[in-house]
Amino acid sequence: MKNEVYDVAIVGAGVVGAAIARKLSSYACSTVVLEKEWDVSFGVSKTNSGIVHGGFHYPTSLLKGRLEVAGTIMFDRLQQELHFPFQRCGILVVAFTVEEMKTVERMYRQGVENRIIGLELCNRERIHTLEPKLNADVVGGLHAPSGGVIEPYRFVFSLIESARKNGVELQTRFKVIKAQDEDDYFVIHAEDGRRLQARYLINAAGLYADEVSAACEAERFHITPRKGQEFLLDRNAAGLPGKVIFPVPASNSKGILVIPTPEGTCMVGPTAVEQEDKEDLSTTRDNFERIFHSARRLIPKISERDIITAFAGLRPALEGGDFYIAVSEKQPRLIQVAGIQSPGLTAAPAIAEHVKDLLKIAGLVLTERADYDPLIPEVPRIRRLSPYEADTLLQKEPAYGEIVCRCESVSEAEIVAAIRRGHTTMDSIKFYTRAQMGRCQGGFCSYKIMKILQRETGMSIEEITKRGGKSRLITDRVGDLTVQTPTPPAQDQSGQESGK
Amino acid sequence: MREKRTDAVVIGGGSAGLAAASRIAAAGYSVTVLERENELGGILNQCIHNGFGLQRFKEDLSGPEYAERFIDSVGKQDNVEVLLETTALEVSPGAVHTVYGYSRQGGVSRIDARAIVLAMGCRERNRGNIGIPGTRPSGVFTAGLAQRLINIDGYIPGRRAVILGSGDIGLIMARRCTWVGMEVLAVIEIQSYPSGLTRNIVQCLNDFGIPLYLSHTVSAIHGKDRVSGVTVTPLEEDRSMGAKSFDLDCDTILLSVGLIPDNELSRKFGVRLNPETGGAFVDAGLMSSIPGVFACGNVLHVHDLVDYVSEESERCASFVIQYLKGEYHRQHHPVTAGANVKYVIPNKYLPDTTNRFYLRSLIVKNKAELVVTLDGEPMKRKKLSHVQPSEMVSFSLDAVSPRTSEPGEKRLEVSIV
Amino acid sequence: MERKLVCISCPLGCRLSVNWEDEGNITVEGNRCAKGESYAREEILAPKRVVTATVAVAASAAPTTAVAGRAGAGRTATQVRTVAPNPRRLPVKTNAPLLKEHISELLNTLYRMEVKPPLRCGDVLLKDIAGTGVDLVAARSLKGR
Repeated sequence: MKNEVYDVAIVGAGVVGAAIARKLSSYACSTVVLEKEWDVSFGVSKTNSGIVHGGFHYPTSLLKGRLEVAGTIMFDRLQQELHFPFQRCGILVVAFTVEEMKTVERMYRQGVENRIIGLELCNRERIHTLEPKLNADVVGGLHAPSGGVIEPYRFVFSLIESARKNGVELQTRFKVIKAQDEDDYFVIHAEDGRRLQARYLINAAGLYADEVSAACEAERFHITPRKGQEFLLDRNAAGLPGKVIFPVPASNSKGILVIPTPEGTCMVGPTAVEQEDKEDLSTTRDNFERIFHSARRLIPKISERDIITAFAGLRPALEGGDFYIAVSEKQPRLIQVAGIQSPGLTAAPAIAEHVKDLLKIAGLVLTERADYDPLIPEVPRIRRLSPYEADTLLQKEPAYGEIVCRCESVSEAEIVAAIRRGHTTMDSIKFYTRAQMGRCQGGFCSYKIMKILQRETGMSIEEITKRGGKSRLITDRVGDLTVQTPTPPAQDQSGQESGK
Repeated sequence: MREKRTDAVVIGGGSAGLAAASRIAAAGYSVTVLERENELGGILNQCIHNGFGLQRFKEDLSGPEYAERFIDSVGKQDNVEVLLETTALEVSPGAVHTVYGYSRQGGVSRIDARAIVLAMGCRERNRGNIGIPGTRPSGVFTAGLAQRLINIDGYIPGRRAVILGSGDIGLIMARRCTWVGMEVLAVIEIQSYPSGLTRNIVQCLNDFGIPLYLSHTVSAIHGKDRVSGVTVTPLEEDRSMGAKSFDLDCDTILLSVGLIPDNELSRKFGVRLNPETGGAFVDAGLMSSIPGVFACGNVLHVHDLVDYVSEESERCASFVIQYLKGEYHRQHHPVTAGANVKYVIPNKYLPDTTNRFYLRSLIVKNKAELVVTLDGEPMKRKKLSHVQPSEMVSFSLDAVSPRTSEPGEKRLEVSIV
Repeated sequence: MERKLVCISCPLGCRLSVNWEDEGNITVEGNRCAKGESYAREEILAPKRVVTATVAVAASAAPTTAVAGRAGAGRTATQVRTVAPNPRRLPVKTNAPLLKEHISELLNTLYRMEVKPPLRCGDVLLKDIAGTGVDLVAARSLKGR
């Protein structure tokens, strides 16, 4: 624990916290990111739908509208520097009726007002040419060619990697329970007893932004978790579209979408249901039929048979429906960045700029660093190389030849790259490399990954976890447990035994 | 890049690959076997229980013992080259096929061969496939992964387990878990009858007093970081009876809910797959839609007995040999699955020779009968004392001589009545 | 007395009906071969099972996960691995069914054991378990010194 006083402490290493960290890393200021989970991107950002939005949903009178429009154009440069999977495949909002087309036209006008380039109002013929798998009943829609898809955790990982490369510190398992204002700086207390000091504090704590604000004795507000369930479909799904397909939105949600991913799979969802429990990420069967019914309405070939897995995430909903990004009125060196629901990921790079400006307004002097390096090395992924390219790579780095995950063609070198960047839980490795994400869901590669983790980190097998905390995989070794075979009373056997 | 020419490449060094490679090599052809693990044997290496080889060797062997017979045999054949820790990632089919094998030590090996034998085995159906609702804690394993961890690595995945699925893998694991000191609380089976062998119900469940809940399913998984329990729900007439659900406290769930042929690679290079079996469409010689590419073992269709895998693979090898000799003919006639039959393999038969078929029933029945018709006319019947979907049936058909001068497709249809 | 059993000697699983008044007078019905009859008798009088398990292989003999090094740039004449290393755990089994009452103790004992190569499939690791005449044998070979 250092005695130094950091210039800035960012609470929360989701996409917002990570983007802010990277932005600040280009300035001569000492920054630390505090994340309560065992790895970054383990909260709201983990289950993000992975859409870089088209900038036509919201007016720029809303903060989120302004930041979405500003953010969406920043991704190309970011991808060049940070190499996360991202494609501008285009977004379609499809209409089934004349009424719906009127809403689409409103969105088009909003997009034009927002100065979005390339927006197109499509008639029936045009929209079916753009996406041949659409339901034949679609009469037209909006085409936003600048909209795209991204792997959210790879984005967050790369932002943090770049920030750390430029001197930002990361402390994981640091759950902020109190931040005492000592006139010039905050003393920030973690649940496990760690403490550090920072002059400015940025509350980017997602679902827990209300609790962090209370811990700072700042504004009182309430974050309501809003659950979204999604299904992941196979790469070979017949219903895989080439663009992100939106229905015309309902009042409170963008609806059930069909979302291709940069890696060729497809997501269907999300739902939107409010709940109280911030830790309840359970999926239910109820949504199942509804989600598939809605998805098939858009793309008839979507089928449950293609499901690889289902999961749920929670959005941090705040009353008012807009981002709450402001210098706290109660704690002048605290910047609140709360209620960041959709289009949070799209807006993240612009949020970072805005927060940097708020810091300046709040009194932090920021001077650019001469030695800022925006680039991080690109880690080759063996699945993207031809055999000849792979052979060249293998001559220098043989670990690329050891294929660990057969379903997604992930090599040992990539697993090691993840571990050496601090991703030491099975889920983190999954998000960094895609190993365990494929059809067999870790059936074949889990034990290999565990071996590599042990070798690289010295962890014992019982210390390896799915995502930190108590989520270990192996509890004992053969020989640790005493075998006691119960001797049930002698009874008839019929081979058709039934329990109660 | 290492380049090599050989007569046949066998992808997979488990029971199917070994049997095929050995037979092809015995006929004098050169064979290269690609195996991604650091040893041959495939899934047999982790199946330390008995019950293997009863048909083939008339002995009651464990998996590793069965595998060792074939590994030793291949080891003595100079014209079989084995590349371990090598994964076939790409195949370029053509007049001569090219297989790219990736390995740490050898880099990328390019292997050109006239014939390819697909023998990659199968993978397990997992939680994602069957969609069990609830949280996503650690502690949910497929039964095969748990078996691998316990038997090969010596790691115990938990202390109190519930097993979903009463197939043999689930039952064997119920015993194995108990024999390493875990507590197995129950085996849950969605059907109204167990899918595994009765002997396994006795020696894996009854022996330890582990209850078997038939017509039940796991309707939710609980636990934040690690599994803390499951909700078990009975089914009555296929409807889930939520009100009668009960919870079991456990920290581990083993899923034994089915196997799927592992055709990632096959699909990638254009082999046509049969949605009924999950494996390739094959003709009477077990050749796929791509000339010179054959399939055998679990990658073709999921087997119950490794003895049948060896038999099928050796049969496949004899056709590979024919092909390498330039004597393979594709004058095959169709075979279809008739009443109560889920699938028949292969999908074609050769006239004027003995054909061997493998099939699975859709129904459970005692005193059933297998009926084979040719263009609608019955031509063979076989009594089956008991059929159920989880027990594969095999039979041979001696020379079928369809009268070619007569009209009709000469289609064989296999039914169970 | 009467009991219904399922024979486990082979996968057929014949349903057996066993009747007995005393140990000397056991009748078995439903078996399709002689194994069924002897199984039924034993199951009533002295139930036994074949035990299969694994035993630790001494660490020095087991494989490591070392990465093959490459001497500088350019390819050396390293070969792809063609010979399998020894496993970390050796599958073992009893060479005949063992009385059920001895099974837990056998397992607890063998889990504390360690074996070293060379071993042949069938080599005896524990002789005459609990005086029953049944041995524990290796179910695969271990190569090397």
